Amino acid sequence: MNENKKKVLNYAQDFGALIALVVLILGISIASPEFRTWSNFLSLLRQSSINGLIAFGMTCVILTDAIDLSVGSVLALSTALCAGMITAGVPAGLAMILALVLGAALGVVSGVLVTKGRLQPFIATLITMTVYRGLTMIFTNGKPISNLGDSFVLKLVGKGNFYHIPIPVILLILIFLIFFFLLNKTTFGRRVYATGSNWKSAKLAGVNIHKTKIIVYGISGLMAALSGLILLSRLGSAQPTLGDGYELDAIAAVALGGTSMSGGRGKIYGTFIGVLIIAVLNNGLNIVGVSSYYQDVIKGLVILVAVLSDRKR
Amino acid sequence: MQIEMKGIDKSFGQNQVLKNAGFVLAPGEVHALMGENGAGKSTLMKILTGVYTRDGGTVTVDGKEVLYKNPQEAERAGIVFIHQELNVLFDLTVEENLFLGKEIRNRLGMCNQKAMRKKAEATLEKLGVQIPVDRVMSELSVGQQQMIEICKALMVDARVIIMDEPTAALTQSETAVLFEVIQSLRKKGVSIVYISHRMEEIFELCDRITVLRDGTYIGTKKIPETNMNEIVKMMIGREIGERYPKREVTIGREMLRVEGLTKKGVFEDVNFSVHAGEVLGVSGLMGAGRTEIMQAIFGNLSLERGDIYIDGRKATIKNPLHAMEHGIGFITEDRKTEGLMLEESIKNNISLANLGRISGRAGVISKAAEDELVSKAIEELHIKCFGPFHECNNLSGGNQQKVVFAKWIYTNPRILILDEPTRGVDIGAKKEIYSIINELAAKGVAIIMVSSELPEILGMSDRIMVVREGLIRGIIAQEEANQEKVMTLATGGTL
Repeated sequence: MNENKKKVLNYAQDFGALIALVVLILGISIASPEFRTWSNFLSLLRQSSINGLIAFGMTCVILTDAIDLSVGSVLALSTALCAGMITAGVPAGLAMILALVLGAALGVVSGVLVTKGRLQPFIATLITMTVYRGLTMIFTNGKPISNLGDSFVLKLVGKGNFYHIPIPVILLILIFLIFFFLLNKTTFGRRVYATGSNWKSAKLAGVNIHKTKIIVYGISGLMAALSGLILLSRLGSAQPTLGDGYELDAIAAVALGGTSMSGGRGKIYGTFIGVLIIAVLNNGLNIVGVSSYYQDVIKGLVILVAVLSDRKR
Repeated sequence: MQIEMKGIDKSFGQNQVLKNAGFVLAPGEVHALMGENGAGKSTLMKILTGVYTRDGGTVTVDGKEVLYKNPQEAERAGIVFIHQELNVLFDLTVEENLFLGKEIRNRLGMCNQKAMRKKAEATLEKLGVQIPVDRVMSELSVGQQQMIEICKALMVDARVIIMDEPTAALTQSETAVLFEVIQSLRKKGVSIVYISHRMEEIFELCDRITVLRDGTYIGTKKIPETNMNEIVKMMIGREIGERYPKREVTIGREMLRVEGLTKKGVFEDVNFSVHAGEVLGVSGLMGAGRTEIMQAIFGNLSLERGDIYIDGRKATIKNPLHAMEHGIGFITEDRKTEGLMLEESIKNNISLANLGRISGRAGVISKAAEDELVSKAIEELHIKCFGPFHECNNLSGGNQQKVVFAKWIYTNPRILILDEPTRGVDIGAKKEIYSIINELAAKGVAIIMVSSELPEILGMSDRIMVVREGLIRGIIAQEEANQEKVMTLATGGTL
């Protein structure tokens, strides 16, 4: 293969997901006038914020050559506890902060199981996923918790606008920038990549692998809890089944974005693009009127094509 | 079975590992193949058994020229290679291992357990060892696993069995059993090629010795007509020349001292010290425990007992980070699995051990500081690359090693441990690495250099410490050291 061809292929790899996104948007726009409106675009972004925040956390975890299946359950448990606190009279702002702290702590537990407990990430987070979901059911007695009053902060997180832009969208972009900075400009980011790239080498270069992994799981839990708060705000109640299956959408977005499932390689902006592709598919296929059964098949095929085109040549 | 290998050449890329190598194996003899690490013994045997193809030369078996395309073909011809790393599946039973891929089947295509069990038990009995065939492999001792490998060979009616360092992991009593088995095989007319570093074993067991050096055939001797000294000379007989630049360094105060370092079964009661500006060479055979001792000092392997003193003060080193805080740097034996992140850029690799140096208090990396560090490293160490973003995978061995050096040099270590610093590195880069080592010593760094290359050890070290089976067998000053002395200590003799 000559150099030029290689270069083109490399670009195609780097921008494959982006090209897919643009093609999807163009295609659906042509098919549907409803899709190509500013207000639909904003609501699409708002819908994507839930999966986006979780997927950013998931990216960090996957970069260290691990996985976090527990995000959906962390989301449910932290949201339920937050709602419980609010109905018990705790000020909403405080309850929300505690929910975030709790989310991070639940993530840290997975991290400790993986590092100190030497469990495989898949198994460790399968355990926490199951246990946290069970705890949510116990706490809520299987019923939604509603009547959350009309706290301004709680409403703001999910329903608020800033210059006509939904707060969840602002959060999504802000947190994307923070992750971009963390992963690309700080020593922490280097440690994350190094841990996933070659943990032996990283350890010998003085990287505390356990600490890095535990932090990364904490971040993942924190992000799950944050997206839970957005959901809580929008729905006005905490459902015990909330977030069920969200881990799969997040992992799909990370994979779409070109991050290697064996760690060490990947970009946070790739994940962002992956998140948008999934959101466009969900939103667009609904608008165009594709049956939800077909939607899943199409989503699966899009992921397949994206991942195949991303393969190292 | 008579095997004759003549004029065998083999190169891997630029690196010629065999030139005009060969040997002759007579029926029913135990033939030792000797040479330093990297002399080409294993490669020669891999060519015989079809693991590698030869670039030139002839191989004849019973007078007919052969070229086996793969080990299975060699096996069908009756030649079996038992590798140093045993080729067994640990989660399967003895019987399943013995019949892997050659299961006896009944008419329905299902496994005929009864027939397999019978044959397995019969073969094990022929060997005179008692191992229940339904035991899971991982429950067996290494010695027993080795017996299973030999048993596998017998089941395909091997006429020639090649054993690569078969006793490396065996206890004395297991070794005795192995020797009995080898003797009985010889009586049945099976020929054995015995690759080992252990001189006493070879003189006890073998009929003839063939020596290889630098990939070339040196000679064959009958055991009764030779002695250990002659064999050692054949193995190492080369001029060191001026490959090792001289350095003018005054050796300073003691930087590192270890006392009574012990990890049962790996190394015991290790005591030594290194001084500023000194190069302490560490010699020994593969698996002697040298690497493990160094890993333990660097905190990457836990110690059972023993103290580490740095600058005369007792230091607690529980992980590599502690070691780095005490000013220790460690260039590992295997740059591909431990030294480098191969898929990452030169920049990211060098930065990883220097994150503190290139970042501010909040852990934000200063691009300017990083760029300066990396371009300085590339320039000072003459790393041949397209720039800081060059992926380490695509660098030559020598340049990869320079990246590993760069990673550590700029942490300003006061004690630097080098494990096989020039393995797989071409002559030119070797010389450059030697100059780097000398410059560091001149700056007052205390250097410990583990190496399996005797000339390198003799050429570079101020003192030479010889390790054998986890014990320090002696420390020789450079003026008194020569290859014979080091080899004698390393193979279990006394001076």
